[in-house]
Amino acid sequence: MAEESVKLLGYWGSPFALRVKWALKLEGIQYHYVEEDLPNKSPMLLQYNPVYKKIPVLVHDDKPLAESLVILEYIDEVWKQNPLLPIDPYERAKARFWAKFADDKCVPPVMAAFSKKGEEQERAAREARENLKTLESGLEGKRFFGGETIGFVDIAAGWIGCWARMTGEIIGINLIDAETMPLLDAWFQDFLEVPFIKEFMPPQDKLLEHCKESHKKF
Amino acid sequence: MAEEVLLFGFWGSPFSRRVEMVLKLKGIEYKYIDEDFSNKSPSLLKYNPIHKKVPVFVHNGKHLAESLVILEYIDETWKDHPILPKDPYKIANARFWAKFIDEKYLSAIWKSCTSEGKEREKAVEETSELLQFLENELKEQKYFGGETIGLVDIAANIIGYWLEIFEEAFGVELLRKEKFPKLCNWANEFVSVSAIKENLPPRDKLIAFLRNRFGVGNASK
Repeated sequence: MAEESVKLLGYWGSPFALRVKWALKLEGIQYHYVEEDLPNKSPMLLQYNPVYKKIPVLVHDDKPLAESLVILEYIDEVWKQNPLLPIDPYERAKARFWAKFADDKCVPPVMAAFSKKGEEQERAAREARENLKTLESGLEGKRFFGGETIGFVDIAAGWIGCWARMTGEIIGINLIDAETMPLLDAWFQDFLEVPFIKEFMPPQDKLLEHCKESHKKF
Repeated sequence: MAEEVLLFGFWGSPFSRRVEMVLKLKGIEYKYIDEDFSNKSPSLLKYNPIHKKVPVFVHNGKHLAESLVILEYIDETWKDHPILPKDPYKIANARFWAKFIDEKYLSAIWKSCTSEGKEREKAVEETSELLQFLENELKEQKYFGGETIGLVDIAANIIGYWLEIFEEAFGVELLRKEKFPKLCNWANEFVSVSAIKENLPPRDKLIAFLRNRFGVGNASK
């Protein structure tokens, strides 16, 4: 497939763009990458995603798509070399449920713990820990959500481990407790060790610096 | 093999009604259990310990929560009257709009109804912008799904039926015909489909419920 027919608009520090990069790599898809300068969004981005005006946006044969989980499912349906979702409808539904849970219930409190102070921050940190513990139950004792290999939920939620640790380091509150969430902790570590996952992770020191800078604004 | 299909819902909830609409559309027999919010059943809490909410769908012992997840499961399991198209890009587009509706509309509509003064003005403005997106997305089609009801139509049930009821209950005007002619047309078509019509909560009962539960009676326009 010609590189020009697949384009990804992203941002180096965005975990949502990262999800799409991982999926494209898994399927062996060649694509043209466009790095967006987020404070100065390009006219192209605004034209491709007028509803949310955000990255990532995948453009395939001039047809744009936004929202990373929607993009992941699209990639899964078009390129079938390495399926992200299982075949069984119930297993697929569970995978969608957990990816949504991670986005709706784990990410916001981690972000709130990062940006708030005092009592609000403590409350957010507590909620993040509780919901991460719940996410652990979705693993059902497996190594990855996808079983022995990476699947949809791993790509959707695996990055949270790195971001939550970084957040914890910056705010001085531990969000991932290896004692109370041993399986989740192991999963985060195993995920980040997978070669193609590691290959695309942004440089940790650059990311930490970037997060620290953002934190100062709060 | 006899299928066991259960749905835990709430008569007034657009989310559990979505599931009923699709079950009706596909002609699937199911047992319905209506939940009392203030007194959730042990079964509901057992099947949805994470969110403790309706709808919860149980198929031969396998339980699922989250209405859009349930809708896709139903569509993949019972193939008659599909609610998703075949083309991957069109499927992705449908998922995008369904997700957008879920993330943005209810909270904007709710804020428009329950806030006052400048906050209400702002919320009404935001709701109007959101409605404009859907107005544009309809293009010249009868339904969001094209010639037949699809995932987005069902997800938009909030706008197709509940919105007008919120407007009446809280004395706010959001879906004006002059501004959103296609959306108003769509809403009329939507509620006329028999699988939908049979699954709409009674209007007066819902208005009374909203007014009682949320203490409206003296809300100013």
